Amino acid sequence: MRVRIKFSKTGCLKFIGHLDVMRFFQKAIRRAELPVSLSEGYSPHMLMSFAAPLGVGKTSSGEYFDLDLKEEIPEEEILERLNAQMVPGMHAESCVRIGITKAEKCMTLVNAADYTVSFRKGSVMLPDPKQLQEKLNSFLSAPSVIVLRKTKRSEAETDILPWIYEMNVTELDDRTLADHPQGTDAERTAFHMLLSAGSVSNLKPELVMNAFSEFAGFDLSALSLLIHRNDIYTNIGTAENRELVPLDRVSRIQMDRT
Amino acid sequence: MRRLALSDEILLSIDKPARYIGNEVNAVDKSASPELGKMIRFCMCFPDVYEIGMSHLGIQILYDMFNKREDVWCERVYSPWPDLDKVMREKKIPLFALESQEPVRSFDFLGITIQYEMCYTNILQILDLSGIALHAEDRGEEDPIVIGGGPCTYNPEPIAEFFDLFYIGEGEVAYDELFDLYQEKKRTGMSRRDFLLRASRIEGIYVPQFYRASYHEDGTLASFGPTEEGVPAKVRKRIVMDFNEVSYPDAPIVPYLQATQDRVVLEIQRGCIRGCRFCQAGMIYRPLREKNVERLKRQAEVMLKNTGYDEISLSSLSSSDYSELNELLTFLIRICNDKGINISLPSLRIDAFSLDVMSKVQDVKKSSLTFAAEAGSQRMRDVINKGITEEDILGGALEAFRGGWNKVKLYFMLGLPGEKEEDVRDIAHLCEKVAECYYDNIPKEERTGKVSITASSSFFVPKPFTPFQWARMDREQEFLDKAHMVKDEVRSMLNQKSIRYTYHDAYISVLEGVFARGDRRVAQAIEKAYRKGAVFDAWTEYFDEERWQESFRECGIDPYFYTARERDTSELLPWDFLDCQVSRDFLIREWKRAKEGAVTPNCRQRCSGCGCRVYNGGVCYESQD
Repeated sequence: MRVRIKFSKTGCLKFIGHLDVMRFFQKAIRRAELPVSLSEGYSPHMLMSFAAPLGVGKTSSGEYFDLDLKEEIPEEEILERLNAQMVPGMHAESCVRIGITKAEKCMTLVNAADYTVSFRKGSVMLPDPKQLQEKLNSFLSAPSVIVLRKTKRSEAETDILPWIYEMNVTELDDRTLADHPQGTDAERTAFHMLLSAGSVSNLKPELVMNAFSEFAGFDLSALSLLIHRNDIYTNIGTAENRELVPLDRVSRIQMDRT
Repeated sequence: MRRLALSDEILLSIDKPARYIGNEVNAVDKSASPELGKMIRFCMCFPDVYEIGMSHLGIQILYDMFNKREDVWCERVYSPWPDLDKVMREKKIPLFALESQEPVRSFDFLGITIQYEMCYTNILQILDLSGIALHAEDRGEEDPIVIGGGPCTYNPEPIAEFFDLFYIGEGEVAYDELFDLYQEKKRTGMSRRDFLLRASRIEGIYVPQFYRASYHEDGTLASFGPTEEGVPAKVRKRIVMDFNEVSYPDAPIVPYLQATQDRVVLEIQRGCIRGCRFCQAGMIYRPLREKNVERLKRQAEVMLKNTGYDEISLSSLSSSDYSELNELLTFLIRICNDKGINISLPSLRIDAFSLDVMSKVQDVKKSSLTFAAEAGSQRMRDVINKGITEEDILGGALEAFRGGWNKVKLYFMLGLPGEKEEDVRDIAHLCEKVAECYYDNIPKEERTGKVSITASSSFFVPKPFTPFQWARMDREQEFLDKAHMVKDEVRSMLNQKSIRYTYHDAYISVLEGVFARGDRRVAQAIEKAYRKGAVFDAWTEYFDEERWQESFRECGIDPYFYTARERDTSELLPWDFLDCQVSRDFLIREWKRAKEGAVTPNCRQRCSGCGCRVYNGGVCYESQD
C-alpha cells in the first residue's frame, strides 16, 4: 500500500536541511518498525518520495512524503507509530492512503504552496498598514513583475506576476504570535501568499518579498524574513480555473468524484 | 520552546547550523527535572568538528552511563568550525553545551576525550571560547573541573598544565568514585584544591599540578614525582574486567547530520592478542576481553531498533580474533538482510571465511578489500611483529580476485625501526606481486577490468607503552626520501598502471611524534602555536607548518630532541609515572627481539608475560574458564 504522510517542521528543526530531513524520516520509519517496501539490489533503499524540498531556515506545517508499505496497516496506526519516533519540532500530521500510479506521486502533483511571511522584530521598517495595502494593490495590478530568477543551471529574467496566485497583508493576532513556528519575536504585520510551485514554475516567497520591498520602497535583508509554509496544493481544476486542494485531500476528492 | 544559544542570524550565516542545535534523537534532556539543581553538570567534549565527534564510540558509552545516574546530567560540546569560531570571538558568545544550550563555563565538569595528538590546539580553543583559563593553576573555585581521557593521556605531559585531572584507563570504571566525591564537595563546600587532592587518591586519577619534573643538562628528564603528601607516585590505569556486564548504550544519539561513522557500532571485544610492536592500542588495552555472543546479539537488535540506522559495524582491533565471530555474523546476516541493513566489517583478516561473509553483505563489484600489510618486506614485518606473511596476503588476494573483487587497498608504514632501503622498495614489489596475482590467475574473460591497487604509507610515530617507545623517529626529509623511493620503484614496475601510491604529510607526523613522546616543556609551544592561530591542525586546509616551526623556535624547543633520538632503556621517560600493567621488562624484551627480527607469538599461542595476568581475566585465563 502507498500512503501519504503530512508533517510539520518547526522550531530549531528549521536548521535541518532537506537531505537530513529525508534521512531523519528513513530512520524514524525503521524505529517505528513499519513494514516498508525496499528497492532491489545490493544497497536497497526505502521507496519514499518527498513533495517539495524546504529551504534551511524555513518552517512548515504542510510537508509531504509518500511511502510504500508491503503490508496493510491502518492509517491511524501508521501515524501513531511514526509520531512515537519524532523529536520536538517534527510531527506527523496526517496519513492517508493514496493510489500507486506515477501520476499520483506527490512530487508530480505539486502545483502551488502558500506561505506566511513575517518579519523578525525590529528588522524592518514597514509602511503603515493602509499604505502597505495600497502599495500591494498597485504591485499586483502592475503589467508585470520582472525579476532575475536563478536556478541551478541558469539565470533568467522572469515575469513572476502570473505565478503569484494570491498575496495579502495580514495582522498576526496574539495567539499566533505566541505560537510562532519559528519561536522568535515577530512583527505583527505579515504577508500571506499563495504561489505557483512544482518543477516547472517554482516561485520562492523571498523572491516575491524582495520584489515587493523594492517596489514599495522599504529595506529588507534576507535575515529579516520568517518564512512559514502552510501547505502544498495540487490543481484539480484547469490552468484558467484553478481548484487547489492540499496534497493529503487529493485522493479523497478524486474518489468522491468517481 | 527551546531557546538556542545562537541567534537565527548567526545560525543561518554559518555552514551546517545543525552542528550546534542539539535536540537529536536519543539525546538526553534533564532540564525539566525538579532535581536539576542537585545534579552534577558534566559537559563531554570531543575537540573536533561535530561530524567527527559524533562518530566516537567512547563518548556515546560514557554519555549513556553518566546519564543513567540520576544525580548527573551529561551533555556534549564539539569544536565550533572556524566560521562560527570567528563569530563567537567577535560577538563574545561563550561556548555552550548542545543539550541545555548553557555556557560550558557554568558546568561542574568539562570532560575532554583526547583521541589524537593533532587535536591539542582544539582543546585550547574549547577552553578559550568557554572563557576558562588555559592553565589549570589559573582557574578559580567557580570554574569547571577540566578532565581529560582517552589514548593520548598515556603520555599526558605535553598538555598536562591545561588539565585539572586526567583519567588514565577505560572510562567505565572510576567515574562513580569521582562523582561521589564531587557530590561530597558540593555538600560540604570543599575547596577546589581539596577536591583535587582527594581525587588524586582515586586509582587512575592523575592531577598534574601536584607533580613536578626536573631535567638534566642534556634535556632528558632527571626526576618526576608528587609534591604533596598522599599523592601517589605511580598512577595506575583502570580497566574493565567484567566486560559482559559493562555499561553499553541501548540507544545511542542519532545525529541529523551525516556523521563520519553513521551507523550502529557494536563493540565485540576490547584489546588485542597480536602484540604488533608499533601499536599502542594493542598494548594499553591488554588483556583481550571478549563480549558474550548472546549479549552482542541482543545489543545489536536493540540498538538497530532504537536508532533506525541502516548499517551496523563491528568494532574491535582485530575482529577475526573474536572467537564466536561465525555465530555472530550468521545472526546479523539473518536479522539484517531482509530489512536492507548493511553490515560493515572493518579490521577483518582477508581469508576464505571473511570473503564468504563479505560476499553476502557487500556489493563485490563496488567494495574494495583492505590489507594492513604495514611493511613491504617479511624482515620488516617480523621486526614489528605483524603476524602476517606474504603468502597470507597473496593467498587472500587470490581468493578475493576469484570471488570477483578487483579493488585492493594496502596500508604501509615508512620509517619503522631498522628499516633499510630494500625494505622500502619492497613496498612497491609487494604491490606488483598482488597485481601479478590478478593477471596470472584470473582468465581474461572473467576479468571485470583492470585490477586497482591503492597503496598508502603513513609515517611511523613511536608511541608510549609500546616496545618502540625508545626508538628513533625519522625526520621529515628522511620520510619524504623514502616515500619518493617507493614512488619511483612503483613506476618501474610492470603493472605500474594498476598501482596508485599515496603518502601522508611528513611534517604532521613529526609534530605527532613530538606530542606523543614530549614532556611538560612542549606545552608552551602548543600554546604559542594556538595564539598564532593554529586550530583544526588535523585538517590539512587549516594546518600551517610555518606557524609550528616558528613556535618551537620562539620557545627554544628542538622538536627533534623528542623525535629523532633513540632513547636508552635506562632513561626516565615522561610517562614512566603511569603504570599500564604492561611491564617495562616486557617492553624492553620486545624492543630487543624487534632488533633481532624475532617474532613473538600472540596471546592465544603462548603467554609472553607482559604483566597483565594480574587482572585475573580476559585472554590470559581463557582456557581456564
